[in-house]
Amino acid sequence: MGILEVKGVNKRFGGLQALGDVNLSVAEQTCHAIIGPNGAGKSTLLNCLVGKLIPDSGSVMFDGQSVLGRKPHEINQMGISRVFQTPEIFADLTVLENVLIPCFAKRDGAFRMHAIESVDQEPEIKAQAEHILEDVRMLEKSAMLASALSRGDKRRLEMAMCLVQQPRLLLLDEPTAGMARADTNNTIDLLKEIRDKRGLTMCIIEHDMHVVFSLAERITVLAQGSPLVEDTPENIRGNPKVREAYLGEAQV
Amino acid sequence: MLGLTRKDFQLLLIVIGLTMFAPFLLNPFPETSALAQFNAGYPDLLQRFVIFSIFAIGFNILFGLTGYLSFGHAAFIGIGSYAGVWMMKLLTMNIIPAILVSILVAALVSLIIGYVSLRRSGIYFSILTLAFAQMCYALAYSVLTPITGGETGLQLRLNDPRILGESVTEAGNIPVPHLFGLETRDSLELALGNWVFTFNAGYYIAAVAMILAFYLAIRLFRSPFGIMLRAVKSNQQRMSYTGLNPKPYTLAAFVISGMYAGLAGGLMVAMDPLAGAERMLWTASGEVVLMTILGGAGTLIGPVLGAGVIKYFESIFSTINRTVLEGWFAFLPDGLENVVISMIYPFVGKGWHLTLGIMFMLVVIFLPGGLVEGGQRLGRLFRRRGKRDAAEGDPVKPAE
Repeated sequence: MGILEVKGVNKRFGGLQALGDVNLSVAEQTCHAIIGPNGAGKSTLLNCLVGKLIPDSGSVMFDGQSVLGRKPHEINQMGISRVFQTPEIFADLTVLENVLIPCFAKRDGAFRMHAIESVDQEPEIKAQAEHILEDVRMLEKSAMLASALSRGDKRRLEMAMCLVQQPRLLLLDEPTAGMARADTNNTIDLLKEIRDKRGLTMCIIEHDMHVVFSLAERITVLAQGSPLVEDTPENIRGNPKVREAYLGEAQV
Repeated sequence: MLGLTRKDFQLLLIVIGLTMFAPFLLNPFPETSALAQFNAGYPDLLQRFVIFSIFAIGFNILFGLTGYLSFGHAAFIGIGSYAGVWMMKLLTMNIIPAILVSILVAALVSLIIGYVSLRRSGIYFSILTLAFAQMCYALAYSVLTPITGGETGLQLRLNDPRILGESVTEAGNIPVPHLFGLETRDSLELALGNWVFTFNAGYYIAAVAMILAFYLAIRLFRSPFGIMLRAVKSNQQRMSYTGLNPKPYTLAAFVISGMYAGLAGGLMVAMDPLAGAERMLWTASGEVVLMTILGGAGTLIGPVLGAGVIKYFESIFSTINRTVLEGWFAFLPDGLENVVISMIYPFVGKGWHLTLGIMFMLVVIFLPGGLVEGGQRLGRLFRRRGKRDAAEGDPVKPAE
């Protein structure tokens, strides 16, 4: 039994069957990749996991509890964090404040009004935030406005914001989209380091096969909203059905 | 100091200094000079400066931090005023219960209005708040006449109970608002040469309230709660996916700013014990938006500056009429005098809104950060010039 169990999930948008009977099981402390051509329903599936979309039928269980019908912030409090395709950060705030917010959220829950204390009165929270910034090598940029960061830095900041909450499941939506090869390799190294250091469970959507094959232990291939096959990277590489549906054009 | 950083503490000291010495600072021209027209150091205007500053500081907590533009905040001033007058009718003329109840009632009403309005964001939120404020205005103006006095407004009467005070003074008059015996209309006049400075008790009471309100706003801006409010403005999606519920944060900000408005309404009553529905009119709601944007939304001192500038224009420019202009330009030949006066006249007197509008446009176009940004740019300019002077000064040193 995996930490995340998706069973028979269906989602229709008007006449389009975006997800058809999707089953997915992510085992604890593994990296599970979901691949598939454009429009295969990868992002829809992810949105169903975090509460942005509600599937028409089926169940999504996280650690034995259903996530369906919960609001995004409640699902996050259960231990699921998400990195977006385009980095979602607090652009008008400084890098340090960006990381402080998830620290407070982790400690205080969905709402707490500490309107009179200053941040300096919370040395533990501050230390925690600075520690994670050091981990992603951004500590020297902590006073910068997040909007002034480079795209790669924004991604690392978003990753830091997710990681500082010590999630039990990290969802990554194309974490290397639009990155140069060197940046991609840095991101792969960062994710590997995190996985080994924190024993994190990850679920990753990715187009770049280089990333998928460097990180994933299991791969699910989606095509037209349904899982085509689920297997280890080695078997996926050799699977003729997958080649036909997806890898055919890409030289792997 | 007081839980503030050095810079914030300096800002607080500046504000304390400005408000405490305002009767001097805003009365720079001798009584006898023609420029006495521009003096702003009289009690009525000073009181309005600080009371509207409180209103704008509160509004800025909502608009400046969370980005939710309320177009109905005057409702809370009006409701606070009515509540304050009722306390003076029923309980006592001491202003403390009146102000406290003003804040409390404004908080309750803002909780209800905020809860409903905050279900939407952006323009829909603005329209909802506007609708609520206009409903409050209409109710106060007609339907609720027994409570609000309708068109004539709510006034004190000789037959009001005032259980803890007296209904009628020994002289047979309606008693006046006071703070433990200190009447808010009491003034101390100080004549120095050609200058007359007026120190009004009511002004100083309101100024202390304003300094307290400003201090609390600084603490709130710098607190984790303040960071969360700015996060609401920046990215609500990320906030949800960080395990935070933006709704209670925006509602809390809404209620806090409603309480600031209630305090402002209560202080208005403490200065002058009557309340009218026109305080809730949409123009009054729009005015606080102008104040905040003119001064600099999201900055600490901006709303105070904005409130000061707008209230100054309202009082000073609107009193410049044709006779005053004729007095100023009497030295010009007749034909020219008339031309100059007819060119200036539309911008003063009843046309002061035109001047304000032009100024607002210029600020929004050239200084999107408001007057505060203007100040910062000037500061930077001087610092750069200072540095250049220092750099040029160096080579002059004699080489040993």
